[in-house]
Amino acid sequence: MFETVAQQLIIGLTNGMVFALVALGYTMVYGILEFINFAHGDVFMLSAFFALTLVGVIDVGQFHGPMLAVLLCGIVIASAGFGAVVNLSIDRLVYRPLRKSPKLAPLVSAIGVSFLLQNIGLIWGALPLAVFGGGGQPAAPKSFPQLLPSDNLLGAGSGLTLQIKDVLVIGASLAVMTALYLLVTRTKLGKAMRATAQDPQAARLMGIDTDQVVAATFLVGGGLAGFAAVIYALYINTVYYQMGYQNGLYAFTAAVVGGIGNIPGAVLGGLLLGLVRAFSDQFIGAQWQPAVLFGILIVILVFRPAGLLGSTAREKV
Amino acid sequence: MSAQALTSPESPARSPAWRRLFSTERVLLAMVLLYPLFPVVDLIAEAGGFSLRLDQRLVTIFIYGLLVVALNVQVGYAGLLQLGIAAFFGIGAMATGVMTVEKYPFHFGFWGALLGAPLLAGLAGVLIGAPTLRLRGDYLAIVTIGFGEVLRTVLINLENITDGPRGLNPVAEAWVPMAVRELVGGGDASEATLLVMYYTTLLLLLSAVVLLRVVEKTRLGRAFVALREDELAAACMGLDPGRVKLAAFAGGAALAGLAGSLYATNLTTTADPTNYDFNNSIMVLACLILGGLGSLRGALLGAAILIGFDNVLSPLLDRGLQVLVGDATHPLARFSSWRWFVFGSALIAMMRLRPEGLFPARRVAEELHTTAEDA
Repeated sequence: MFETVAQQLIIGLTNGMVFALVALGYTMVYGILEFINFAHGDVFMLSAFFALTLVGVIDVGQFHGPMLAVLLCGIVIASAGFGAVVNLSIDRLVYRPLRKSPKLAPLVSAIGVSFLLQNIGLIWGALPLAVFGGGGQPAAPKSFPQLLPSDNLLGAGSGLTLQIKDVLVIGASLAVMTALYLLVTRTKLGKAMRATAQDPQAARLMGIDTDQVVAATFLVGGGLAGFAAVIYALYINTVYYQMGYQNGLYAFTAAVVGGIGNIPGAVLGGLLLGLVRAFSDQFIGAQWQPAVLFGILIVILVFRPAGLLGSTAREKV
Repeated sequence: MSAQALTSPESPARSPAWRRLFSTERVLLAMVLLYPLFPVVDLIAEAGGFSLRLDQRLVTIFIYGLLVVALNVQVGYAGLLQLGIAAFFGIGAMATGVMTVEKYPFHFGFWGALLGAPLLAGLAGVLIGAPTLRLRGDYLAIVTIGFGEVLRTVLINLENITDGPRGLNPVAEAWVPMAVRELVGGGDASEATLLVMYYTTLLLLLSAVVLLRVVEKTRLGRAFVALREDELAAACMGLDPGRVKLAAFAGGAALAGLAGSLYATNLTTTADPTNYDFNNSIMVLACLILGGLGSLRGALLGAAILIGFDNVLSPLLDRGLQVLVGDATHPLARFSSWRWFVFGSALIAMMRLRPEGLFPARRVAEELHTTAEDA
């Protein structure tokens, strides 16, 4: 029993890290624009496709040791950059012209962008690459090669499995989150972000270029999603064109559970959701996963709409 | 706000002549009379090498039309951002299944289910709406998505109740009067059933439209709109926002349940619960936004355009694509692989160019063209 619980803790923490990274992108955009970027999960998905394409083109599987580590770092950085650029372009092309429209317009556009990106993912999966299974079945899940050694760090005889990838996921995510924390609390840009989230108009009066702050937010959020996508792909070893939808909704749930707009809240919510998911998969059954997670979402929204860490924000009238 | 804006939406005195000629009710009435001509259209399509069956496809469009009109009550009139209408559609279908299939002891039959399904869906609307409607707009959107996902998961997993992905079947077919059976003749039962289904869905849609036209003019209908425009001001005028919202939510849910009941009857199965997922909800929302929020004409035209597109045009495009590419087996040579491209772009383009939709209610159009600065 102890081993089962400990194992689910490890799975929950690693899953939760991925949720948290994606949730940060939702929460930062929401904090500033008060708008749910429905397409965020699909940026995550496209970044995973991008990473898989890189893996296939470079044929990373043939490398070992330090060379593999260097290549993986390169892929992580490239995918994060890809996610950042895609997210920024979406904002520039679609959301920004709607900045002054009623709230419904950007929300519906975001749904549109989400569908567009999913379709791009579908077509991307049809590329005639070996990693995409030749591209004959674009909708089928693609397996992401097992690049990290799957030895058990606790020794082969142990009832508990802790792999290098578990440690890497948790460690790398913590590093990125720390960097984000420092960015938001210690830099001028971070201060501008916080000011804009608090009151955009006052921020503009103080000489902050809020357009640039919004762009930076999308850039950072997209980068986090791209980073999370590689982590997810290395960990789960499967990517498919609809993975952004469900993971995006879960990550959004995490953001809401933590208190939307609240950066530590997103991390807390992500970890919590990851743990709940791991335990419900183990003890209730994986087929009930959406019901459990969204059930929690509904309960939290009904009884504590501001989330666990959020303050009760009044709707701006 | 100018005095002009205070007149009721779509007031007939201001409509251009073509609008009056092609009013929603008249077009629907024309559909009643045109039925005998459909086989002719089918024959023409047949000559072009395309099996059309216009009446079957129209039944689907009518059912979705009803669903879009239902969403219009919630989103268009009352401004409640509902992204899970398919859940209530599913509840209607599932209720119809439970009330009519062999497996359960109820056997209410077609008419019983048609009455019971909307009641149950409306009740579900009250149960979901009561605790959640006080949430701010985008939170409500998330709760409705969440509810849809929970419902879909439950329907798939409670297999001994819902028969899971297979769906409950056979659902009772439409009740066919003896006279109709004799009229169609030839002992072809499915033709007679189709005829009855056609008229039942059409007349129910027509009644819903007429009913909502009346509601638009009543105290309740005006309360919906007042709430959408400015909740604070409406509350100050003595409206109880909670109750008005709940009325809109439950009313829309009940209508969606009715559509779901007809859907299950038409398919004679409650179908795979994935039919009632988020994508379906968004499809319905896309119809409404394309047509015009808050406008019955827009809702129906949106349904006709998008569902028609899916049902009639997209098989045609499939054929075209395959002729063009020549390789019929490649998955990208099917139009369905590009479908979400079209819907996604349509949503984005509409929001940018004409956020009020193609045939908007005047008041909504004005709201959507006031920028944040004016508000």
